Amino acid sequence: MSGATVYVPRDAAALSVGSEVVAEAIAAEARSRGEDVRIVRNGSRGMLWLEPLVEVALADRRVAYGAVQSGDVAGLFDAGFLTGGDHEKSLGPTEDIPYLAKQERITFARCGVTDPLSIADYTAHGGFAGLQKALGMAPADIVAEVAASGLRGRGGAGFPTGIKWKTVSEAPGETKYICCNADEGDSGTFADRMIMEGDPFLLIEGMIIAGLATGAAEGLIYLRSEYPHAIAVMKRAIDQAQDAGYLGASVLGSGRGFRLEVRTGAGAYICGEETSMLESLEGKRGQIRAKPPLPALEGLFGKPTVVNNVLSFAAVPFILDKGGAAYAALGTGRSLGTQPFQLAGNIKRGGLIELPFGHTLRELIEDFGGGTLSGRPVRAVQVGGPLGAYLPESQFDLPLDYEAFAAQGAMVGHGGVTVFDDTVDMAEQARFAFAFCAIESCGKCTPCRIGSTRGVEVIERIKAGIEAEKNLDLLDDLCETLKDGSLCALGGLTPMPVQSAVRHFPEDFGRSAGSAAA
Amino acid sequence: MTLIKETDYGTPKRETDNRVTLEIDGQPVTVPAGTSVMRAAAELGIQVPKLCATDSLEPFGSCRLCLVEIEGARGTPSSCTTPVRDGMKVTTQNERLARLRRGVMELYISDHPLDCLTCAANGDCELQDMAGAVGLREVRYGYAGENHLDAVKDESNPYFTFDPAKCIVCSRCVRACQETQGTFALTIEGRGFESKVSASAGEDFIGSECVSCGACVQACPTATLMEKSVIDHGQAEHSVLTTCAYCGVGCSFKAEMQGDKVVRMVPYKDGGANEGHSCVKGRFAWGYATHKDRVKTPMIRDRITDPWRKVGWDEAIEFSAKRLKQIQEKYGTGAIGGITSSRCTNEEVFVVQKMVRASFHNNNVDTCARVCHSPTGYGLKQTFGTSAGTQDFKSVAKSDVIIVIGANPTDAHPVFASRMKRRLRQGAKLIVIDPRRIDLVKTPHVQAAHHLQLKPGTNVAVINALAHVIVTEGLVDRDYVEERCETEDFAQWSSFISDEKNSPEVLEEVTGVPAEEVRAAARLYATGGNGAIYYGLGVTEHSQGSTMVMGMANLAMVTGNIGRVGVGLNPLRGQNNVQGSCDMGSFPHEFPGYRHVSDGTVRQMFEDIWHRELEKEPGLRIPNMLNAAVEGTFKGIYIQGEDLAQSDPNTKHVTEGLEAMELVIVHDLFLNETAAFAHVFLPGTSFLEKDGTFTNAERRINRVRPVMKPVQGLSEWETVCRLATAMGYPMTYNSASEIMDEIAATTPTFTGVSFDKLDRLGSVQWPCNDAAPEGTPIMHIGKFVRGKGRFMLTEFVPTPERANRSFPLILTTGRILSQYNVGTQTRRTENSRWHDKDVIEIHPHDAEVRGIEDGDLVSITSRIGATTLHADVTDRVPPGVVYTTFHHPVSGANVITTEYSDWATNCPEYKVTAVQVVRSNRQSDWQDDWAEREVAQKRIAAEPAE
Repeated sequence: MSGATVYVPRDAAALSVGSEVVAEAIAAEARSRGEDVRIVRNGSRGMLWLEPLVEVALADRRVAYGAVQSGDVAGLFDAGFLTGGDHEKSLGPTEDIPYLAKQERITFARCGVTDPLSIADYTAHGGFAGLQKALGMAPADIVAEVAASGLRGRGGAGFPTGIKWKTVSEAPGETKYICCNADEGDSGTFADRMIMEGDPFLLIEGMIIAGLATGAAEGLIYLRSEYPHAIAVMKRAIDQAQDAGYLGASVLGSGRGFRLEVRTGAGAYICGEETSMLESLEGKRGQIRAKPPLPALEGLFGKPTVVNNVLSFAAVPFILDKGGAAYAALGTGRSLGTQPFQLAGNIKRGGLIELPFGHTLRELIEDFGGGTLSGRPVRAVQVGGPLGAYLPESQFDLPLDYEAFAAQGAMVGHGGVTVFDDTVDMAEQARFAFAFCAIESCGKCTPCRIGSTRGVEVIERIKAGIEAEKNLDLLDDLCETLKDGSLCALGGLTPMPVQSAVRHFPEDFGRSAGSAAA
Repeated sequence: MTLIKETDYGTPKRETDNRVTLEIDGQPVTVPAGTSVMRAAAELGIQVPKLCATDSLEPFGSCRLCLVEIEGARGTPSSCTTPVRDGMKVTTQNERLARLRRGVMELYISDHPLDCLTCAANGDCELQDMAGAVGLREVRYGYAGENHLDAVKDESNPYFTFDPAKCIVCSRCVRACQETQGTFALTIEGRGFESKVSASAGEDFIGSECVSCGACVQACPTATLMEKSVIDHGQAEHSVLTTCAYCGVGCSFKAEMQGDKVVRMVPYKDGGANEGHSCVKGRFAWGYATHKDRVKTPMIRDRITDPWRKVGWDEAIEFSAKRLKQIQEKYGTGAIGGITSSRCTNEEVFVVQKMVRASFHNNNVDTCARVCHSPTGYGLKQTFGTSAGTQDFKSVAKSDVIIVIGANPTDAHPVFASRMKRRLRQGAKLIVIDPRRIDLVKTPHVQAAHHLQLKPGTNVAVINALAHVIVTEGLVDRDYVEERCETEDFAQWSSFISDEKNSPEVLEEVTGVPAEEVRAAARLYATGGNGAIYYGLGVTEHSQGSTMVMGMANLAMVTGNIGRVGVGLNPLRGQNNVQGSCDMGSFPHEFPGYRHVSDGTVRQMFEDIWHRELEKEPGLRIPNMLNAAVEGTFKGIYIQGEDLAQSDPNTKHVTEGLEAMELVIVHDLFLNETAAFAHVFLPGTSFLEKDGTFTNAERRINRVRPVMKPVQGLSEWETVCRLATAMGYPMTYNSASEIMDEIAATTPTFTGVSFDKLDRLGSVQWPCNDAAPEGTPIMHIGKFVRGKGRFMLTEFVPTPERANRSFPLILTTGRILSQYNVGTQTRRTENSRWHDKDVIEIHPHDAEVRGIEDGDLVSITSRIGATTLHADVTDRVPPGVVYTTFHHPVSGANVITTEYSDWATNCPEYKVTAVQVVRSNRQSDWQDDWAEREVAQKRIAAEPAE
């Protein structure tokens, strides 16, 4: 073997902190020193405070350096980093970094490890094993395997994926579709993007398996325009998969076809809601459709359609390869398998943490995250994106599991965890929830269209101390109207951050802590 | 009389035999599967509050007022979007639901003006009703928040306003534009609180793609989209059901009235033809009825250069009768005749032909259908045995392949076009056969599978080529042909059509249509499921019009596409009562019911009832009358509601004929072009004053009910009866209903028709008799009216009217949406805002070689005459073809059309005229003469001072 292999992530998070310049600097430095260096632009390992995280492949392990800036490069060469030499940015063997070592990576097993655009690398790391198995199975058996895994929709709603696939599989009709919801719009979430940029064949594999399971021969990935890197990687990966025979008229010569293409969103958060996404995919205004009919029966262009999130599809290859039982062995209660959590906000060590369900928020925030970046005490954590509940420190020991969270008026959602320190104004956060809803509302249903704007106004009055109690009552009524009256989850869930803020932090709304408990 | 309010069931009816039983508020109800919970509740009489739902539109689920609780189901689903399930238990009213509904309503009203008392919708506002229904008592949000109250009102449309300040963004207008009308002119712009209804891309309504069908206005639950007439006058207090008098669709309307003033015309949901839809003409263009130009007093004059003299009815009738009798004495019984109008009721037409046959004592009666659909009558009678279309309009909802030939439904039959477009959006395939790229070829969410863009005058060649493909490629429906058709005729036809001369390849040069396209279209029609043909005057108004009708009948029979729902051969009738006027015996050779005057038994029957010996020889057709007039043997004519001098071909010849007559009686609303040549003007009645029936293109007999008394004091049938009586043949009826009774007594297909039955059933489709007491929506089921279907040989014979170096272009004509035929009515409404002049469409290539630019004044010269128009340079017409409309008299479109006509029926060949088009800097001589005549021959003498 001649020369060294250096990994410099091309993940958007790494790029945003200079990994492109670092990669160029390493290449230039290698040239000038006459070193034979092969640079692989991998995905991110998900330890975002360490990006750009540069890794060097040694014979038996990879060693990491981070966070590397271009100015560090000459020094790294001087320190012999190509052979694992010690440097002030040395992090030791990558796999031994506690943040990674403590995780149980299934979905993200390859992310950051492999070259995202190398099918060879993908297969060398176990890729397409699930597909190979699926090709030898009857559709009903694939569905049964997914059902046995206990996998639930990772987009946030937690609907059992097996049941959805079964419905589509059994729906009459020759034309069916597999649609991947990659419109990852929740603030503080980035897991979908990381997969698409770091391990795109995983998503492709999951979608092909879904096609085999349901009889759909066409797949579409609805990818938000704000993810240009993911779009580029996915498109190239699809081309490669096509050339290699994984996609096309006959998947690996099986006689069963599956085509896949990327469709780009246009910046509307609401298109992350499945029916709006379908409307948008049909070329229409992104607006919610009433259910029923369920997309599984009448989805894209009125045909039976599987709509799943990136992470749901990405969990499937493992399930097919190792069996549904292996996946179901992880997790707790009815929340089985793993969830890639995304730790963000005011946090020292933000990043991607894949763990089986059942761990606690405290572990995420304290053990993994190391507390706030500001060093101040954590006051509130919002779990599940901008529509998730705000939780106070007293609830940090709640197990991360769909049912346990729901019981507390909260949700796991897409696994986003956003941390706030004690300077946060929770009334302002509640106001923001309505403002967010007002900006992102599709405008179809009345509660969300008008209620979101009125919500902002009511909270502003509360903040200004204008008839606070009366307006807090009105706020309650408004939240009920939104929760029970809205057409989709945007309006339906906006009360969650609002009411959790009022409930847990009454003092920020001019109420004493005592009165809230009543 | 009261205001008719149709029940709104919230969501459309579902048609399936599969029925579901559920319980709503403790009451059991059984409805078709797929019905919404809301509709099921409405069937029980339970009104669930709603704003975005209305039963003409698919459920949308946006207003969130109709939330209900369903046992075992999570949350509070909207009842409009939730289909019923067996055993479902629904609660529509409880405290939680009431709270939710009030909460929603409170939000609505927090962004709505509080001007109910001065609002145009006051008394007819669903928002107001719902605020009452949910018990809204206060708006705790106040009114100081963000709102749309300052939004600017769009008053650009002449008939309705759009006031976004009152809009609740329920999208009913947007959905009506899409689902009901199929134009897709409206959308919601922006999102969230900024969502607003937008016409096209944020334009005003008049500048948008909106076609002013009124569906949005009707769908609007508030005053956001509101008729200007309601803003001006207020809410109506009673309504009268009647039938539109424009095209052959025959839409049912509620005339909403204040006393005898029409406040608005609203399409009637239970109208068989239109089922609640309308177009810009029927919905809004009725103002001509009270236009100041309307003549309300009879007028006479000795010479056409004299000014008109206003007289009483008696004097006008006496003057007419005396002169008619004098003419008969001097020139013979056959020197006079009458023309019936397809604009008039069956009863009015019936009395005119009776007057001619019994009082004039000849058969010189003809009708304006001569110039439009006479070949339809002939061709369908020859092949199927009856002179009418085979289907009801609804049938198109079950068609899989639709052929449109020589018709432009979105302009000329817009309400039917909307039905057709709905089916096409559902996936039916479309084949358009037309020289011009009509809108249907490509319109939102509709695209023709094949557009056979043939050269004008080659219809028969194309239809033969289609049939050739079907026969030679083995696509004949053998079983159908053997069972249903004359086998010998078929064998003969089959060998004729199989001849290579009828192949698409051989005919390609003649028709200009690529052979492969013809083959593909033929295969599609023959194998694509239910095949339906719809056609218009682009078929009939040719020298081979009748041949083409028979060619289409052959095509339908050979593929088994006659005699069930979804198939058929259907003329789109131009006028509201073309079908009826033909049924009523308007032709010189036929008594009512298409029975030849030479048939002794039939004649005897009429003689017995009419107590008058009748002539057994057919009389003169319109062109024969005009020829005879020029020759000096035809001297007097009574013309009911037809403007010969504008609508008939070769205007110069027509006016020469009229000028040669000693007495021309015009019975009409306005001093039209023909009136310039008349000696007697008898003022007629508008449809708003008529009592009677119209028969539409689907043979549907609809009631026309008067909403006001005749403004000139006498109904038209009474006028005719008085004229006949004054001529010496007493004709009296006590009511229009008695005339229908006489029609029923004498006409086999109408035996079961009476005003009573029509009032009871709404409408019936003839035949309506003992065999079919409630009428016949689909004809020729099981067997053809003539027994076996008859294939006719349809040899293609090119028209003698050819293009050459002097006249290199072919002119063809048609109608547009906003104007109607000669425009007598629509030109006297705001519809002229959309079409204030006729223009000539010319292809960019043809324009360029002539140095013509868009908007240039050009002269159009044929072998017959010349006129000038402004050019519209467009690729909607192919090179070599020019196109114009004929809605404005000054255009003189018929100054240039030829006298060639259909070999069987004399229907003029309006659609093919060889012309040259050049730039011009002045109007034609004819137009100068016309302007002069407008002044000279339409003068009315000042009334003598009292």
